Amino acid sequence: MSENQKKHTLDPNTWIDKYADYLFNYAVTRVNNSDIAKDLVQETFFAGLKSAKNFEGKAAERTWLVAILKRKVIDYYRKINSNKGKAEVRMNFHQDGESEGNWLEERVPQTWDNDADKSIESEELKSAIDQCIDHLPEKYAMVFRMKTIQEFETEEICKELNITASNLWVIIHRARTQLRRCMEDNWFNN
Amino acid sequence: MFKKLKITCDEATSICDKSQYGEATVFQKIQLNFHFLVCKICSMYTKQNSEMSKVYKMKAKDCKEKKQCMSSSEKEALKKQLQELEA
Repeated sequence: MSENQKKHTLDPNTWIDKYADYLFNYAVTRVNNSDIAKDLVQETFFAGLKSAKNFEGKAAERTWLVAILKRKVIDYYRKINSNKGKAEVRMNFHQDGESEGNWLEERVPQTWDNDADKSIESEELKSAIDQCIDHLPEKYAMVFRMKTIQEFETEEICKELNITASNLWVIIHRARTQLRRCMEDNWFNN
Repeated sequence: MFKKLKITCDEATSICDKSQYGEATVFQKIQLNFHFLVCKICSMYTKQNSEMSKVYKMKAKDCKEKKQCMSSSEKEALKKQLQELEA
């Protein structure tokens, strides 16, 4: 232990017991997949150990580890964002020409069956929603979940994933229109 | 004046989505309501969107109540790996 009270030290032997759950929870609320979250936590500890000699003691141990994990999350987002060839969301509006911005005929929202049972809180409803979210391209699912399910502030998501606010709203808009349609087909009018 | 108010269905539903999080501006909301006058589809989208928001809210609540952890066996395995790296 350092003599200087203000200077923080690293003690890798205690990392797992002290921080594994905290870091795992941090990661899983962002990537929503426990296997990926575990990988990110593992990578964080490894990277921490590797660069322990560069630790200047300015930040608390946990803060320092979280900073490493944050970079891992951004790397992960960049990776799923550049998954070329992977499905984009389905377009719902004319993209150009005279009708630009109008609903595509086959994607026009339909009225929902007026069945009260359908909007009642139930396990089936929750799993139907989960399935629809899982059908979104990963990038859309991640941003949508962070904003809507984890209820992060727009600013925080933008900062963490290094995207602009207008970028975020385009993603949210596409995700929500697709989810609405998915729930229409598989739940409300099923 | 009216030209500024006129928006497409794509823009209208974008504003609608944004307002689900309380983040649409006043002017955007005016544009949206103006659009409703001429578009029944988007006005229906908005009603359904609020329904969807309720469902998402319920998922969000579920999520907050659930604390996720790594199992102790996973932690032990990780400890071993870390010790090997340290050695």
